[in-house]
Amino acid sequence: MNEKMADVMVKVFIQIKPRRQTQDSVEDELEMATVRHRPEALELLEAQSKFTKKELQILYRGFKNECPSGVVNEETFKEIYSQFFPQGDSTTYAHFLFNAFDTDHNGAVSFEDFIKGLSILLRGTVQEKLNWAFNLYDINKDGYITKEEMLDIMKAIYDMMGKCTYPVLKEDAPRQHVETFFQKMDKNKDGVVTIDEFIESCQKDENIMRSMQLFENVI
Amino acid sequence: MAAGVAAWLPFARAAAIGWMPVANCPMPLAPADKNKRQDELIVLNVSGRRFQTWRTTLERYPDTLLGSTEKEFFFNEDTKEYFFDRDPEVFRCVLNFYRTGKLHYPRYECISAYDDELAFYGILPEIIGDCCYEEYKDRKRENAERLMDDNDSENNQESMPSLSFRQTMWRAFENPHTSTLALVFYYVTGFFIAVSVITNVVETVPCGTVPGSKELPCGERYSVAFFCLDTACVMIFTVEYLLRLFAAPSRYRFIRSVMSIIDVVAIMPYYIGLVMTNNEDVSGAFVTLRVFRVFRIFKFSRHSQGLRILGYTLKSCASELGFLLFSLTMAIIIFATVMFYAEKGSSASKFTSIPASFWYTIVTMTTLGYGDMVPKTIAGKIFGSICSLSGVLVIALPVPVIVSNFSRIYHQNQRADKRRAQKKARLARIRVAKTGSSNAYLHSKRNGLLNEALELMGTPEEEHMGKTTSLIESQHHHLLHCLEKTTGLSYLVDDPLLSVRTSTIKNHEFIDEQMFEQNCMESSMQNYPSTRSPSLSSHPGLTTTCCSRRSKKTTHLPNSNLPATRLRSMQELSTIHIQGSEQPSLTTSRSSLNLKADDGLRPNCKTSQITTAIISIPTPPALTPEGESRPPPASPGPNTNIPSIASNVVKVSAL
Repeated sequence: MNEKMADVMVKVFIQIKPRRQTQDSVEDELEMATVRHRPEALELLEAQSKFTKKELQILYRGFKNECPSGVVNEETFKEIYSQFFPQGDSTTYAHFLFNAFDTDHNGAVSFEDFIKGLSILLRGTVQEKLNWAFNLYDINKDGYITKEEMLDIMKAIYDMMGKCTYPVLKEDAPRQHVETFFQKMDKNKDGVVTIDEFIESCQKDENIMRSMQLFENVI
Repeated sequence: MAAGVAAWLPFARAAAIGWMPVANCPMPLAPADKNKRQDELIVLNVSGRRFQTWRTTLERYPDTLLGSTEKEFFFNEDTKEYFFDRDPEVFRCVLNFYRTGKLHYPRYECISAYDDELAFYGILPEIIGDCCYEEYKDRKRENAERLMDDNDSENNQESMPSLSFRQTMWRAFENPHTSTLALVFYYVTGFFIAVSVITNVVETVPCGTVPGSKELPCGERYSVAFFCLDTACVMIFTVEYLLRLFAAPSRYRFIRSVMSIIDVVAIMPYYIGLVMTNNEDVSGAFVTLRVFRVFRIFKFSRHSQGLRILGYTLKSCASELGFLLFSLTMAIIIFATVMFYAEKGSSASKFTSIPASFWYTIVTMTTLGYGDMVPKTIAGKIFGSICSLSGVLVIALPVPVIVSNFSRIYHQNQRADKRRAQKKARLARIRVAKTGSSNAYLHSKRNGLLNEALELMGTPEEEHMGKTTSLIESQHHHLLHCLEKTTGLSYLVDDPLLSVRTSTIKNHEFIDEQMFEQNCMESSMQNYPSTRSPSLSSHPGLTTTCCSRRSKKTTHLPNSNLPATRLRSMQELSTIHIQGSEQPSLTTSRSSLNLKADDGLRPNCKTSQITTAIISIPTPPALTPEGESRPPPASPGPNTNIPSIASNVVKVSAL
């Protein structure tokens, strides 16, 4: 059933992405309006994730409230995320985040994707969390973090702060930050960071380890 | 942050893990989640209709009543629910606001009721969603207008006693119904305006011939008569203008107002004419000036509300009128050009130039069709017909807008008048209700004391005479009573319905006990309910009564359902003021309240007054003196045993 849903959604999204005002757009809108996604049964989700039933219920209620159709597309995702960071521009980072959550890359985050991601972030082991973070940084998902990818991520994070910061944001601050990061992480100095280097370096850093535990009790 | 999005906060926080490996410094500690309650369903009982929602839904908006701890005040321990004694319909909208983050305004709801509910729940109306915001604002504006109207007419009706002469005059000018003089002035000026306009018109009518010359208009034939009439009218107008100028609160603003400009323009030609009578050069201009005399007809707008509304409408539709004019001009120029070139070829064409064709275009577009200029070529005729068809369209478009504006303003005025008329009835009702309640208070005072008196006298079966008052009423009355005691004054009922009929006791008489007794008895024998009603208006030692006559007022005891037996001649407590002998006037007043006239009171007449209360008891006349002469019982309550200051004191006591 998931596959069928995914197919439907893919069809819909691919058709809609270039916004042509043609005859198709009417039908597209109709299809879009009728695309609804129902999540898997509660028990199944409970088994797949590390949340309890009650937590799942709470999460789903919030999710469904914001997205009655059951899926989040990138626009909505960006909107929601920008509500939390009113001063800066969080669209770029939200885009990366969306890609990180959208594990099957169908352009929409369903509740299952959502739960999967949250399960890792909130209830996963440190290894899993670091894995997830690596996945986030690796924009093209090729297993290596290059300096350019890191720079994009860094710029996106700094963008979220906005213009009114103290001290004032310098032009090359992201680049500097990337350099620092690579110095720390890139053990063999080959200009890319692999997953093992990443995990190893992080595990050596106490601050990072501690901060990974920070959001345990979010739900 | 929108409410629904709050549900996504855990997600945003979780996603922050993505920053951790990148960060250079340690992260701050997360806030501890004390009171971590499991989300629970709470029941909101609003006037019997139960609504249920999650606690977290309500906590999305922590600065409202439902989202804060304020709702704990409404928690009902027995039923474990929150009970609100409010309108469940509006509550539905309020709760939906919590659920969806959008507040809607239902159309069927009264605007002030809705506002009240919102204020109760601590929700600002500004967050009403766009879908309903316009409707809400419109209704609110109408309501505000209504309130303003009410306030205005209230202010108008309150008689401001200390108006200066100038202000009275201004009010008379602005509102002719305030006094007869104003009304007279109003009609006189109206008459003269009419006369002036008619003379202007009749002046030009040909009036028959003087033998030996051509036909003259009336104006030249009877020039003296017309001149006199004109002078008279202008005199009146000048006087009126000067009076208005004098009375105006802000002269500068008055001079700039439209009506005053019309006045000036109406009378100026005459004066200018006087000044330059015999100067031949400017007599042409002088003739033109006479045209301005027709402006006098606009002075009627002070007299007619419809005319004012029309003027106001035109002013408010200025943009539509401008558009009309502009589009007409465009069309005229286009068609005139076309017609000119179309008719250029034809011989003896009247379309000599484009401006000359303007006349044709205007006449055709407004469907007048005089026929003095007519196209002769085929092309001309084709374009001419297109011109007339389009004329109808162009004119018909802005006109409904102007009409609807006029209609709206006119109806608004009608509504204002209607409200003013209804207001009188409403105020009368309110007044009756108010006096009713104060009567109820005074009445219950009497009853209360009566009851106590009866108990004292050992008449157990009469304990609950009179109307039983509800708990709230009795508490209210107690409050008023306390106020009376505090200030030493008492409530005065000025309603003619409740005038008091005292017996034959007149003021300015000294009274002695016996006579009083007899009087009391007499009148009580005569007609039971209506006698001896307390002078509800007085309270001993009162400002109002201490020097006023209170004789011979009648009242009808509301208390007429007394059981007829011994209570027939029962009198309420009455008080007699007896002043010191040096004071000529004696006010006899009966009050329903017995007083401790002494300390509590500060009689405003600085005379020594003794107030006593008399209880007459339902006894046969023979017993009366006994009753009266009984020494004041040492009973609880405000006993009065006032030592007499003068010999003519009637003692007593009362309760």
